[in-house]
Amino acid sequence: MRLGAPRNPGDEHRLVAVTPDAAGRLTGLGYDVVVEPGAGDGARLAAHEYVAAGARVAERAEVWSADVVVTLDPPGPAELDLLRPGAVLVARLAPAAEPGLLADLAARGVTALALDAVPRISRAQSLDVLSALSNVAGYRAVVEAAEEFGGMFTGQVTAAGTTPPARVFVIGAGVAGLAAIGTAASLGADVHAFDVRPEAADQIESLGARVVRADAATQQVSTDGYAGALTADQEAAALRAYAEQSAAADVVVTTALVRGTAPTTITRAMVDAMRPGSVVVDLAAPGGGNCELTVPGERVVTDRGVVVLGYTDLPARLPQHSSRLVGTVVGNLLELLTPGRDGRVVLDLEDPVVRGMTVAGEGRVLWPPPPVQVSAAPPQPADQAGPPAVPPAASPALRRRRRAVLGALGAVVAGALVALSPPELVGHYTVFALAVVVGFYVISNVTHALHTPLMAQTNAISGIIMVGALLQIGDPSPVVTTIAVVAAALASVNVFGGFLVTRRMLGMFRREDPASGGAS
Amino acid sequence: MTSVVLAAYLVAGILFILSLAGLSAQASARRGTVLGMLGMGLALAATVALALERSARPWPVTAGLILLVLVVGAAVGTWRARRVEMTQMPELIALLHSFVGLSAVLVGYGSYLGEPAAGGGDAVHRVEVFLGVLIGAVTFTGSVVAFGKLSGRLSSAPLTLPARHLLNLAALVGCGALLAWFLGAGTTAAGLAPLLLMTVVALALGWHLVAAIGGGDMPVVVSMLNSYSGWAAAAAGFTLGNDLLIVTGALVGASGAILSYLMCRAMNRSFWSVVLGGFGSAGGAAPAGGTDQGEVRETSPDAVAALLTAARSVVVVPGYGMAVAKAQHPVADLVGRLRERGVTVRFGVHPVAGRLPGHMNVLLAEARVPYDIVLGMEEVNPDLPGTDVVLVIGANDTVNPAAQDDPSSPIAGMPVIEAWKARDVVVFKRSLATGYAGVGNPLFFRENTAMLFGDAKEQVDKIVQAL
Repeated sequence: MRLGAPRNPGDEHRLVAVTPDAAGRLTGLGYDVVVEPGAGDGARLAAHEYVAAGARVAERAEVWSADVVVTLDPPGPAELDLLRPGAVLVARLAPAAEPGLLADLAARGVTALALDAVPRISRAQSLDVLSALSNVAGYRAVVEAAEEFGGMFTGQVTAAGTTPPARVFVIGAGVAGLAAIGTAASLGADVHAFDVRPEAADQIESLGARVVRADAATQQVSTDGYAGALTADQEAAALRAYAEQSAAADVVVTTALVRGTAPTTITRAMVDAMRPGSVVVDLAAPGGGNCELTVPGERVVTDRGVVVLGYTDLPARLPQHSSRLVGTVVGNLLELLTPGRDGRVVLDLEDPVVRGMTVAGEGRVLWPPPPVQVSAAPPQPADQAGPPAVPPAASPALRRRRRAVLGALGAVVAGALVALSPPELVGHYTVFALAVVVGFYVISNVTHALHTPLMAQTNAISGIIMVGALLQIGDPSPVVTTIAVVAAALASVNVFGGFLVTRRMLGMFRREDPASGGAS
Repeated sequence: MTSVVLAAYLVAGILFILSLAGLSAQASARRGTVLGMLGMGLALAATVALALERSARPWPVTAGLILLVLVVGAAVGTWRARRVEMTQMPELIALLHSFVGLSAVLVGYGSYLGEPAAGGGDAVHRVEVFLGVLIGAVTFTGSVVAFGKLSGRLSSAPLTLPARHLLNLAALVGCGALLAWFLGAGTTAAGLAPLLLMTVVALALGWHLVAAIGGGDMPVVVSMLNSYSGWAAAAAGFTLGNDLLIVTGALVGASGAILSYLMCRAMNRSFWSVVLGGFGSAGGAAPAGGTDQGEVRETSPDAVAALLTAARSVVVVPGYGMAVAKAQHPVADLVGRLRERGVTVRFGVHPVAGRLPGHMNVLLAEARVPYDIVLGMEEVNPDLPGTDVVLVIGANDTVNPAAQDDPSSPIAGMPVIEAWKARDVVVFKRSLATGYAGVGNPLFFRENTAMLFGDAKEQVDKIVQAL
């Protein structure tokens, strides 16, 4: 089949969905790859690189009329007319926002796969172009903010004075948010971040940022990995946290997108409360913006000198790497769609990943897909995962009472035993009981690494049973002597073997500093 | 003479306590062994003197026999201790436990037959003999089975007879009945029958107790048998009225018990569920996640080498598989090279990794890994989210996320090393088979996990070459 890679309709042609690397992979899958002239120009990818990878450069009409057309942005009306009935179109189609386009594609008999409708399941991560580009956008957001901000991100102490680190507040620790956190932290900023999902806290901290806590605003663990809409109470609590943090911040990066729509996180009043020269970068601008002052695609400066960036083309501002990531995703996707590696697309609608992405086909709109029942939530820490399903343990109070009863019973039995024993035994009991207690205390704080030597040592020491056997060797009865000799021989193997093996093991433990020990 | 011997025993007892105390920290461990040896030497010297004095035969005969015993013991013991591979340490220790158990049985019999009064002395003495033989016999067969399982001579799968708890209980009740018979017997010969019968029952009980415990719980079992061997020595001490035996036996018994308890807590299992055995059958045979666990990503030694070169921090999680493949030396070599390049490398050791408590530490020490980069589970877990690469070498259940995610998993709630929190995980494994617990491991199917199949030693060698 012919696979066309046209110039990207949007983004001023800066990105391209098929890089030469991807073209090589697609050729390997059996496709006849045709590339529109200039498709890779924005990403500095020359035509000869495509040719070297096995693709050919062809006219625009031929590319758009291929059996499979792969772009990043959806085709405009002119391009739609070039599409052939029965063709497969792969692009970011925003199925939730653009029902009209889906209906149009369905009517034209085009099978459409939305790159931005990949179900959030582990297996599909390598197909998730949204995550890949969000990552780039998060990085670029910080770079844009750094350019607008009139200071350094890192704090410095110099002879010419001290500058404090920039304080960055990131709202939403999704892919873009985490990328922004990591980038800002590595520039030296003091990063604070907030997310309504409790499972995000670990991830925030792992990138070197501090978690902003607002317990009333925290949701339950999500089942699909996306944040849900907030209740009124939660929203109020979250807004309080946003106001407090944004007022203290030099840079605010807000990334809250709830299923494609952008809730308001930064109000006009919050922006007014920020210091002049502060920067707000709104990564949710494509969905309308989290900040009330955001104008999608524009840079806005308020009367008080706060800059609000609503750029919607952040990934396209880093076209080389963005294109490379998209190209890899496209390669992965077509590998999945071409099980025979024979250049033939096979749509397996039983596969939840393929079904989720297929938004139009067989003349019908196939959006939305049936829900996928897979949890993308990371594991709960053990102490939080309340054990309702685990065998019911006795309540602590009950256990304590039971333990007290058992202890009392044991004391009574032991007391009775001692009282009933002949006097010479009582002395032995005393010795025994004291030795048990000493044994417990001596061992309780042993380091784990020494368990094996300790065991070998106690083993050697328990060879003390030899004492008993030795005393029996002198017995007049030959039977007893024989038994005693065997017993003593066995025990002495223990004594010698145990001590030697312990020594051998301990000889191997050494510290890093060779002077302070070693096997010598 | 006797008071000199008793004084020697007192000093020996104190030396043993100091010896065990010394072994609880690295710095004093070597001194601890020496103190233990001193104590043992002192105790034996005193005992030999006492034995010669009390001997009913001419003393040179007794002395000759004692010398023979010591020569045999020294020869066999030294030979075993020098020859044993560090990976076989669990087997050796289990085998040595069985010696103590058998020895205790024999001492019990000797004490019974050697007692001049009819029927083996008064009731108290007979109860002591009976208990000593019982504990010794259970220790003996239990250790033999543990040895068999650890050395692969016996299947490590738990033996789950129907109504096994009832069987154990019946054995104990039977022993109680035999004790009554034993106490009622008028002569030494008449008492021999119940004593022998009880020995058979106790041997069977010991066998069954350990056969019912799965291989994954072997560290606890070995430690528990260690405790039993101590109690057996203490029981022999009661039989003989010897305080040194009582003190030493109680020390060993108590220390083994607390070790077992600590380990059970590390696995989040109740002590009794381990002791009574049958692990893996109680939770049902539901492997976590069913069949559709997703795809496994396979990697190559070269790719792992590249990954490691680019990493800033690496954690190695070793498991029993590293011991099996004897891969500790190549692993140490790999770690040494990475450290030379400035990569932060640490080992994360799960408390129950291997088949013996502290097994991994011994193997790593053998390979001359400095012990201050070998961390425990609690120490390494908080660092894992910031770690670039985790190398899981032959570990399985101890890195199983199902312990936290899947309440229906048989290992649910067991603390594990959270390897999956690192950026990349490489699992060295021979196949996708389950670990000793018989539980599937979702870690292998995670997006950030790559599998390196094959013999761990060869694969690590290849990585070292690629570096």
